Amino acid sequence: MIPELGQLALILALILSGLQCVLPIVGAWRESKPLMATARSLVVGQFVFVAMAFAILTYAFLVQDFSVAYVAQNSNLELPWWYRFSAVWGAHEGSLLLWVLILDVWTLAVAAFGGKLPEKFYARVLGVLGFVAFGFLLFSLTTSNPFARLIPAPMDGVDLNPVLQDPGLIMHPPVLYMGYVGFSVAFAFAIAALLGGELHSSWVRWSRPWTNVAWGFLSAGIVAGSWWAYSELGWGGWWFWDPVENASFMPWLVGAALVHAQAVTDKRGGLRAWTLLLAIFAFSLSLLGTFLVRSGVLTSVHSFAADPKRGVFILGFLAVVVGGSLLLYALRARFVAGGKPFALASRETLILIGNLMLTVAAATVLLGTLYPLVGEAFNLGRISVGAPYFGFLFMLLMTPLVLALPFAPLSRWGKADTGIWKRALTRIVGLAVLAGIVALVLGARGFMPLLGVTASTYVIAGTAFYAIKRWKEAPAGRRYPLEMAGMLFAHVGVGVFIAGAILTRSLSVEQDVALSPGETAHVAAYDFQFKGVGETQGPNWLAQQGTVEVSKDGSPVVTLHPQKRTYPRGQVQTEASIHPGVFRDLYVSLGDPLGNGAWAVRVYDKPFVRWIWAGGLLMMVGGFCAAADKRFRLRREAGQPAPEATPALPALPAEQNA
Amino acid sequence: MNPIRKRRLIVISLIVLAVGCAAALTVFALQQNMTYLYSPTEVKAGKAPMNSAFRLGGVVKEGSVHRVAGTLTTDFTITDRFQDMPVQYTGILPDLFREGQSVITTGHMSGGGFTATQVLAKHDETYMPKEVADAIAKAKAAHKVPATAQGGGEQ
Repeated sequence: MIPELGQLALILALILSGLQCVLPIVGAWRESKPLMATARSLVVGQFVFVAMAFAILTYAFLVQDFSVAYVAQNSNLELPWWYRFSAVWGAHEGSLLLWVLILDVWTLAVAAFGGKLPEKFYARVLGVLGFVAFGFLLFSLTTSNPFARLIPAPMDGVDLNPVLQDPGLIMHPPVLYMGYVGFSVAFAFAIAALLGGELHSSWVRWSRPWTNVAWGFLSAGIVAGSWWAYSELGWGGWWFWDPVENASFMPWLVGAALVHAQAVTDKRGGLRAWTLLLAIFAFSLSLLGTFLVRSGVLTSVHSFAADPKRGVFILGFLAVVVGGSLLLYALRARFVAGGKPFALASRETLILIGNLMLTVAAATVLLGTLYPLVGEAFNLGRISVGAPYFGFLFMLLMTPLVLALPFAPLSRWGKADTGIWKRALTRIVGLAVLAGIVALVLGARGFMPLLGVTASTYVIAGTAFYAIKRWKEAPAGRRYPLEMAGMLFAHVGVGVFIAGAILTRSLSVEQDVALSPGETAHVAAYDFQFKGVGETQGPNWLAQQGTVEVSKDGSPVVTLHPQKRTYPRGQVQTEASIHPGVFRDLYVSLGDPLGNGAWAVRVYDKPFVRWIWAGGLLMMVGGFCAAADKRFRLRREAGQPAPEATPALPALPAEQNA
Repeated sequence: MNPIRKRRLIVISLIVLAVGCAAALTVFALQQNMTYLYSPTEVKAGKAPMNSAFRLGGVVKEGSVHRVAGTLTTDFTITDRFQDMPVQYTGILPDLFREGQSVITTGHMSGGGFTATQVLAKHDETYMPKEVADAIAKAKAAHKVPATAQGGGEQ
C-alpha cells in the first residue's frame, strides 16, 4: 500500500510540474499577475510530493520491503542500515528520483531567494525549471518507476553492488547531482532572459551565485568520485578518463568557463551572447552526462544500468532541450548588444583565453567520449579512445590557461597595463625557478617532477602576488570581498591540484609482487613485510585479511590490513588498505592467492596524491565563498531595473544599459 | 585594402591557423590512441594488427586459467565460442575475472598468442560488455549459426 502512495505522489508531482511549466510562462506572456503568482505554490507543492516519494522509497529500503522490485534488486537482509540509505540512489531508478529531488531543492531555493527578481523574469525562471522537472518525472514514471512491484515478493533481496558499499558512495552521488542539476538554474535564467527579450546583463548578476555554488558542488562531487575510485576500485588510480567520469568533467569545464564569463558580463557587460551560450551548454552537457551514464550506450567501468528505451527517452529530451534552447538563442541572441571595447592586454582578453581553453578542452573530451559511439554507428569498427589521448590534449590545452592564470587578476578591466605584468612576471617566474632548484636539491629528478613543482609554484606565487598587492593598495575592511577571496581560494586550488596531479603521476612507484609470509617487498624507501592472510568478518561479508608491516630504515611506520571481501552472493571485492599522509600515501591491496600462503600483492607508494583532492576542495571552497558575496544579494524591489552594485574594483563607469 | 579589412584578414587567418593546428593535433592524438576491439575469430582471420596494440574481447574459457607457479603470470584462453586465443598476463587480475566471464584485454600479439597488458572485467557480473556481445554475435554470423541467446549475458 505505501509504495503505491509513492507512485501516486510521483504522478501528482508530474502534474504539478507540468502546471509549473505552463502557467507562469503563459502568465508572463499575458501579463497576468494571478497566473504568475501560481509559480511559487506549484514549486512548493511539487517539492512536497517528490520529497514524499523519496521518503517512501527510503522507508521501503529501511523496512526491507522486497515486494518493491527496486528494493529487492538493491538490498538484502544482511545489508547494514547505513547502506540502505545510500542504496536508495545506488541504481538507476532511485538515482533518477534523487536527481528530481535535488532539482526541486534548487527550484525551491530560487523560489525562496528570488522573490525580489522582476515578476515576469521570476515566473519564467520557475517555469523553465518546471519544464526540466516535468521531463525527468515523465522519464521516471514511464521508463524507470522505482515503485514497480515484484509479486510474489522474494524472501530476500539480491544485494547492493559491493563496489558501492563504501562510505564514499553515500555522499558522492548527492553532491555530484547538486552540481550537475545546479547548472539548471543558470540555464533557466538564460532561457528566461531569452524568452523575455530582456537581454541586459542583469540576469547574469542574479545567476552568478547559483552558478558558483553549483560549480562548487560539482567540484566536490568529482573529488568524492575520484577518491572513491582510488580507494575502492583497488588499483589506486584517481582518474581514468572513463566515459562516466568525462560525463561529469565536461559540465565542470564548461561551468568553470561560465563562472568567469559571467563575471565579465556582470562587471563589464561584455561577452553576453557567449555567456548565454555557455549557460545553455553547461546544462546540456549535464543532460548528456545523464544520457551517457544511464543509457548504457557506452561501455565503462561504471556501466550500471543499460536499457535502450531509457536511452531513447533521454536522447529525445536532450534534443528538445538543446535544440529548443539553441533555436531560441539563434532567434534572440542577435539582439544582445556587445559590451564595452577592451584592449588586447586587458583582463577580458586573459579571461577569454581561459574560456577558450576550457571550452575547447570540453570539446576534445566530448569528441573522445563520443568517438566510439560514432565509430560504431558508421561501422568503423569497435574503437576505444585511450587515456593518453585525453591526457595529452588536456595538458596541451591547459598550458596557456595556467600561464595566463596569475595575470588575469593583476590586469585591469578594459585597459592594458603591462607594467604590472613585467613586475609580476620576474617575481613569479623567479619564485617558480627557485622552487624548481629547491626540488632538485631535495632530490627530485626528471622533467615531469620539476615541471610539477615549478608550474604549481608559478600559479600559487602569482595568486599570492595579487593578494599581497591588494593588501597594500585597498583600504582595510575592503581588501578581500568574498567574491575575490573565492577567486583566490580557487586559483590556489588550481596550483595545489597541478602539484598533486603531476607529482603523483611522475613519482608514484607501483609494484605487483608475489609474496610468501615473511617475505619483504622494497618499494621506494619503504619495506613492506607480508605477514600472511587470516580471516575476518564484517556485517555482511567475510574477508581474507592480509597483514603487511611497513617500515622505513628498520623503524616501523604502520601496519596495513588489505582485505578481499566476499559478499553473500559470492561477489568478491578488494578493499585496499591505505596509510594516508600529506606527502605520500602508502597503498596495499590483495590480488589472488598463489598457493602455499603466498599472495599476489599490489604495493604502491603514491606521493602527493592527496594534493589532487585538496586542490579540488579548495576550488569548491572558492565557488561557495564567491557565491556568498553580498554584492549578489537582491536589494531592489521587483519590477525595477537591475541594481548596479558598487564595483569591486575602483573607478568603473556605470554600465550603459543595452 | 583598407586598414580595417586588413586587420580583419589577419585576425581571421590567425583564427583559421589556430583551428587548423588544434584539429590536426586532435586528429593526431586520436589516431595514436585509438585501439580497436577484435574477437578471436577476427584475429585468426588476420584482421587484427600484428605489430601494434589492440583489444581482444571474449569469454574466459572454462578450465583454461592456470597460474605459472610462484609468479604473477597467468595463462588463460579467450574464446568467442568459435575460435580460441591463448592469452598471457602478468599482474593482478580484477576481482570479477573468472572462468566463463567476459573480459576485455589490451595488448599485442607475440608468437601465436596474445600478451595482455591490461585485463578489464565488468562491475556487474550479469552484464556482458556490448562490444563482447557484438563480437560473439558477429562470430556467430560468420559461422552462419542460427542466432540463439548466448546465456544470460547479453543485454
